[in-house]
Amino acid sequence: MTRRLPGNRRTTAGAVLLTALFLAAFLGPLVAPWDGERIDYAAFRAPPSAAHWLGTTQSGRDVLALTLQGMRTSLLVGLLVAVLSTGFAAAVGMTAGVLGGWADRLLMFGADLLLVLPSFLAVAALAPSLGGGPGLVPLIAAFLWMITARMVRAMTLSLNRRDYVRAARYLGVGPVRVVVRHILPHLASLLIVDAALNVSLAILTESGLAYLGFGAQPPDVSLGTLIADARAAAPVYPWLFAAAAGPLVLIVLAVNLLGDGLRDALDPAIARCS
Amino acid sequence: MSVLVVRDLHVTYPPDLPAVRGLDLTVAGGEIVGVVGESGSGKSALALAVLGLLPPGARVRGSVRLRGAELLGRSDAELARVRGRDLAMVFQNPLSALTPAHPVGDQIAETIRLHAGATRRAARTRAVELLDLVGIPDAPRSARAYPHEFSGGMRQRVMIAMAVANDPVAIVADEPTTALDVTVQAQILGLLRAARDATGAAIVLITHDLGVVAEVADRVVVLYAGREAESGPVRDVYRRPRMPYTIGLLGSLPRLDGARRPAPIPGAPPPAGGPPAPCAFRPRCPVGGPACDVAPPEPVLVGVGHRVACADPAATLDPSRVFPPAPAAPPRPPGDRRPPVLRVTGLVRHFPPRRTRPRGRPVRAVDGVTLEVRAGETLGLVGESGCGKTTVLMEILRLDRPQHGRITVLGRDTATLTASHRRALRRDLQVVFQDPLSSLDPRMRVRAILAQPLRTHRVARAAVPGRVAELLDLVGLEPALADRYPGALSSGQRQRVAIARALALEPRLVLLDEPVASLDVSVQAQIMDLLQDLQARLGLAYVFVSHDLAVVRRMADRVAVMYNGRIVEQGAVGAVYGSPAHPYTRALLDAVPVPDPSARDRADGRQRTLRGDPPDPSAPVAGCRFRPRCPAFPALDAATRRRCEREEPPALPVVPGTDQDAACHRVPR
Repeated sequence: MTRRLPGNRRTTAGAVLLTALFLAAFLGPLVAPWDGERIDYAAFRAPPSAAHWLGTTQSGRDVLALTLQGMRTSLLVGLLVAVLSTGFAAAVGMTAGVLGGWADRLLMFGADLLLVLPSFLAVAALAPSLGGGPGLVPLIAAFLWMITARMVRAMTLSLNRRDYVRAARYLGVGPVRVVVRHILPHLASLLIVDAALNVSLAILTESGLAYLGFGAQPPDVSLGTLIADARAAAPVYPWLFAAAAGPLVLIVLAVNLLGDGLRDALDPAIARCS
Repeated sequence: MSVLVVRDLHVTYPPDLPAVRGLDLTVAGGEIVGVVGESGSGKSALALAVLGLLPPGARVRGSVRLRGAELLGRSDAELARVRGRDLAMVFQNPLSALTPAHPVGDQIAETIRLHAGATRRAARTRAVELLDLVGIPDAPRSARAYPHEFSGGMRQRVMIAMAVANDPVAIVADEPTTALDVTVQAQILGLLRAARDATGAAIVLITHDLGVVAEVADRVVVLYAGREAESGPVRDVYRRPRMPYTIGLLGSLPRLDGARRPAPIPGAPPPAGGPPAPCAFRPRCPVGGPACDVAPPEPVLVGVGHRVACADPAATLDPSRVFPPAPAAPPRPPGDRRPPVLRVTGLVRHFPPRRTRPRGRPVRAVDGVTLEVRAGETLGLVGESGCGKTTVLMEILRLDRPQHGRITVLGRDTATLTASHRRALRRDLQVVFQDPLSSLDPRMRVRAILAQPLRTHRVARAAVPGRVAELLDLVGLEPALADRYPGALSSGQRQRVAIARALALEPRLVLLDEPVASLDVSVQAQIMDLLQDLQARLGLAYVFVSHDLAVVRRMADRVAVMYNGRIVEQGAVGAVYGSPAHPYTRALLDAVPVPDPSARDRADGRQRTLRGDPPDPSAPVAGCRFRPRCPAFPALDAATRRRCEREEPPALPVVPGTDQDAACHRVPR
């Protein structure tokens, strides 16, 4: 019997695209003819050619090499932030849900406090002191976990009242084991989807900060700084802009496709409603 | 005159699940036809098809005529003019069938204005009349109340008032009493009969409960896998059932008198969609022959208006040959010599008032309960919803210090347990919940579910697979099922898994919280047999919580009747059921619909129904809690009446020397 998972095609498309982007970002430098550090004094703002597949910048740096470097930063930031913030959200939400009482109130108070803080301002103010790129990871993650934590808490509360959780308790199963065995698996789909959304959110946040000058500082490169550099000249030298913006769009698209597909595959209830 | 005529009705749900497969049904004016069937029999699809309320995507074929006018194929707008006027309905859950945002009087008036074109004022007056007619106290004021202000029984009365508002020619009632307590169910069934007498409407009563049908219906249609298995006058069908399925179904019903116990029907009803076999019952039929595999059996007449769809009606002339009576259970030695495994004394559990209710009083869910269970014995705990029976179980299961009173499990006082002792004691105390679907983790395979208690209590890893196989065998499940998820099991199989899990650690006391309430009748009988068999083999003690008195009669040695947080009567099953001393026990027993139509006539002389609703546990009355509903109270002498009003009656032996206790001032000591 073949079971057709809903959203299967989207999952595959997202996964393939994301893998391709990863391979390009990390293995690309081995293939590309020019590396990012060197400056070609023979070509300033040269259009795409055999030597520079995506042309060069105003200062004679290879656009392909810069883009790949920016993609590495973006992908790294995205993944790390997603793992960190979703993991933290799961830990906080489940702790609050299972323990209840004062622990619950304290953790949720913390979450609410961070929610009402104007996160972009806080990040922008703190970012320069942390350096660009991967240095931003904890900062971005710190402002992404609260809503998920609240959702996890609410789901934990309802899961905790299920008969099978009560049955396990009355069998003498310890609280940690109950969480690992009976609560976490039921949160998996929520957490995976949340992580996927966080990847794209983090990438966009990092690029946005870099674009505004709060993120990666030269000589570090991020897709955001590349877009910022290319912005003024976009009508005249479109390859500069396209080379930076294209991968950004592709990464976010791939992650979203994967996340949506996984959600439908893991949570048939949602797929049936849509 | 035939009012509602259904001919060759087929209903198919998407993608391709036949729910009804060629059904004929004729209902005359003033007649109540009971349609009974287990899950997947197509009874709900039939109701929805008649009402034109099938979900989009469902295909329907055949003919449904109301007073000669075809209903199938009409547009929703056309049907809306018929529904609510000529064709009325009563649903199972009156809370979701009434709009919460409007007073009930307005809702009834609305149907009258829509269909009869009455003025607003006339419609309102009529609505109040109708509410009064269905027995709602203080109708003018109640008409202005919202649905949530009524109890379940009162809401169902409102639904019936709405159904009869426009003098319908036919009423379809889909499980109208399933969500109600027995005492309220009896009231509603009486009301349904009264509604029929008042309007002369044809009533189609759809239910899973054979007792309800015996109580009110004139004719009965038994459905199986979307087809008619048997139909006929209630008396004939109940006295001389001819379809093996009907015979097995009637035989597997637990009875209040505790009589006869035939072998239950094997297997489970086929899921919706059904098998392609010519006769859907063939796989479960004990008398099937080669004739059954040829063609779907056509209904044949076996009596006046008594039809049976069986290829071999001759084989079922003697019902006792189809499902031979099971050998009587060996009489068990009296329990008073054995040590008690559970003793509860003066248990109290109050819940703090809800924060949403200002000036709320605590809910006195359990308010002084004393009971005792001896090794190898079953104590039945019965009562209506909200009486606190499940709370008693949960308090025992917590194995912690109760708010008041004392719980002793296997000789250990739960208030003095340390964490490690409590954990060790859990081996001996297990629980089975009502709904096996929710009590088994849907993401664990059966194997893992059964291994969990073993792992938790550190059974050697190597011994686990063997024990799991043993447990499956113990509860009568195929070893191959170990790799399934609960979602891929039938409800009966799931409950077997839940029982196996409870038995994994060889407990001595098992608490059963309505373990058969969510199961089909034929499966119910199998599970009860299994539980009794296990008890005999393993020497288990059970606390069996149920709202179903017939089920308790069959399962329990002793019974405790709970009312509003207290036990009103307690004693050996035979004594309590045979000569109930407390008026509440008497009323409960009287209210149970007996699956025997001839009991109906005998019953009419009895004081049948209890007035009023189950009480609100947050507002106990002074003195005897049962007094406001007590049928005996008004006739008491003044001195006893005063005691009922002032003193809470203590539980005292009814006859000195026996263990039947009743908490009633009226009982002579």
